[in-house]
Amino acid sequence: MNRNLLSINDLSREEIESVLGTAAKDFLELSKRDIKKVPTLRGRTIINLFYEKSTRTSTSFELAGKRLSADVVNVRAGSSAAGKGESLKDTTLTLNAYRPDIIVLRHPHVGAPAFVSRYTGAHVINAGDGKGEHPTQCLLDIFSLQREFGDLKGLKVAIVGDVLHSRVARSNISGFKKMGMKVILVAPPSLLPRGVESLGAKVAHSLDALAGMDVIYLLRMQRERHEGANYLPSMREYISNYCVGRRHVAKGQRVLHPGPINRGVEIESALADSEENMILQQVEAGLAVRMAVLYRIIVDNAVPLAAGEAEVRNIQAVG
Amino acid sequence: MTATVAKRGAKATLVIRDARVFDPASGVDARADVTIEKGIITAVAPAKGKGTGRLLLPGFVDLHTHLRSPGREDEEDIASGTLAAAAGGYVTICAMPNTDPVVDNAAVMASLAEVAESEAHVRVAFIGSISRGLKGEHLSDMWDMAAAGAVAFSDDGQPVFDAGLLRAAFQAALTFDLPLSLHCEDLDLAGAGVMNEGGVSAQLGLAGIPCTAESADVARALEIALYERGRVHIAHVSCARSLAAIRAAREAGAAVTCEATPHHLLLTDEAVRRLDANFKMNPPLRGEEDRQALVAALAAGEIDCIATDHAPHAGQEKEAPFEEAPFGVIGLESAFPVLYTGLVEPGEVSLEALVSAMSTNPARAFNLPAPAIAEGEEANLCLVDIDEEFGIEPERFLSKSRNSAFAGSRARGRVLMTIAAGRTAFKHEKL
Repeated sequence: MNRNLLSINDLSREEIESVLGTAAKDFLELSKRDIKKVPTLRGRTIINLFYEKSTRTSTSFELAGKRLSADVVNVRAGSSAAGKGESLKDTTLTLNAYRPDIIVLRHPHVGAPAFVSRYTGAHVINAGDGKGEHPTQCLLDIFSLQREFGDLKGLKVAIVGDVLHSRVARSNISGFKKMGMKVILVAPPSLLPRGVESLGAKVAHSLDALAGMDVIYLLRMQRERHEGANYLPSMREYISNYCVGRRHVAKGQRVLHPGPINRGVEIESALADSEENMILQQVEAGLAVRMAVLYRIIVDNAVPLAAGEAEVRNIQAVG
Repeated sequence: MTATVAKRGAKATLVIRDARVFDPASGVDARADVTIEKGIITAVAPAKGKGTGRLLLPGFVDLHTHLRSPGREDEEDIASGTLAAAAGGYVTICAMPNTDPVVDNAAVMASLAEVAESEAHVRVAFIGSISRGLKGEHLSDMWDMAAAGAVAFSDDGQPVFDAGLLRAAFQAALTFDLPLSLHCEDLDLAGAGVMNEGGVSAQLGLAGIPCTAESADVARALEIALYERGRVHIAHVSCARSLAAIRAAREAGAAVTCEATPHHLLLTDEAVRRLDANFKMNPPLRGEEDRQALVAALAAGEIDCIATDHAPHAGQEKEAPFEEAPFGVIGLESAFPVLYTGLVEPGEVSLEALVSAMSTNPARAFNLPAPAIAEGEEANLCLVDIDEEFGIEPERFLSKSRNSAFAGSRARGRVLMTIAAGRTAFKHEKL
């Protein structure tokens, strides 16, 4: 791995395989033991800096760090100096003075992780930046699919729902394609970004397109971003046209969802409770994959900056 | 008081030898020695030297400068902004009224003119707001400001959304035969966009501002201008469909001038991939097809003015994630070199088209005296070096701000000297 994980495109296919190999070999079984802890990152400091609400991502990063024996500090922006008007640059410089080894950042704005990386010597991991990317979600999805299907080459996946607002979709289109999968986006035109064809995925506007897919990847309807925008005639009509239920899922097809799910909106309740979905496997995979990412980002950068030598580059002008 | 400048020191008396004097409006393109005595050009005589790789051009006129005074003097003020202008070869700049307080009455305008009279390095003309407080509800004191010397009216920074108000503004401006400079943008279509809407925004996950947000509003404004026979200047045109609307309105007989900025002529939304807030401005950098349409329109004279939309921002405001940072870039000190290097050297736009669009045409658009290099004229000119390549280094700018989209670019066409209103306003250390 490079010194930061800002985008899924920071990783080649080989690197993805390698990191996921670490997750499978070293960390997946750990959670099933009585003692769920290894000393791998003892003495290392990880700061989880979260500017947005999150349950699974923040929990799994926290658990991942703790199970690797790192010292993990969780900073929630609302309850910190950032809520008092401190700029992201100054928050970063402040946290950097504690000499963390890794900063895991969740932020409502695209590019915030890259921005933070300019002001810290710590490795920066993007845990979701606005509508930009969510690379560890992508890794855990690939991991889950590999465990289900083996080689992913040639596999067909439909990503369904609110693509417009989805960082998961943006990372997964790239990541799935990197693994040799064929990606189709299924959504009404209003929930697809203009210029979507440049993402290299096909587009369909009807759930009929799910026929013949191997994987149905459902996205959360980000209703909080719909206020006043008229993306849809009504949510009721969206549901009658796009809510995926068991009747849409053919034998052998598997359903994924990054969570949190909106039962009865993008996924019918019965499907959410059925064996056809892999939602909880994804959550479980998330822990092992994030442990692998934390571990590998430290060991792969062979001469990690020792605490005390954290280099702060280019504090002056941007670009 | 149409355009004000400080009377600093003595009027210039000097001879500029052996430059290529290039002034399309006066029909001059020849190596000459230009004699200036007490600020007046007294002789333009054939040169006897071997040539110097220098161009002597009519001074530039910027129709779109944000001087940030009053209210944000930490970002720019009249002294620093006009010094930056002089360093860029400008002899006259027009200050936009979206300050705090807004320039919406004659008292504010007169107080700024008073400052300019003691501090400005080049002539400053003032643009009054169209609406009171830029709120888009009531007309500002347009006639008072016209009487006080306003050269145009504009609510720049935002559109005049109320079509009835826009119509009334055309009528009010026509009373004094002044143009409206319009920032055209349909805010509902622009939404929460932060960059051009297209493939790059889709890939980055940034909300887009579609070209339609501009072109639809340009078309609406021109329909109203045409009906009212108003004088209209379309500010910072960024896309091909806006040009089509301007063309159609001209064919129908509308009196339209328009401007494009150096950044829209030279950069595209590909630059935004760096997520550097110095590529964030409104209108946003568009796609390559739109950029090419702008260049072709400049070459053909359809875009008759180049304006900088010089928009200084404090460093800490731009030093933020792209979506958080404010819109706007500075441009006075880089405009000529980047345009000369990016458009004239490769042969996409003639030197004549560039100089006309930076000097004579904008002066005419706002009824300002047009700089000319001819005997008997007040000296308003700039000397540029087109031989030596140099780097655009915002840290060396005379502006108070550094938010340039051209930082690190290599260019030729460095401004060596500017004489504005008969006085030496800027002299480069290389001279």
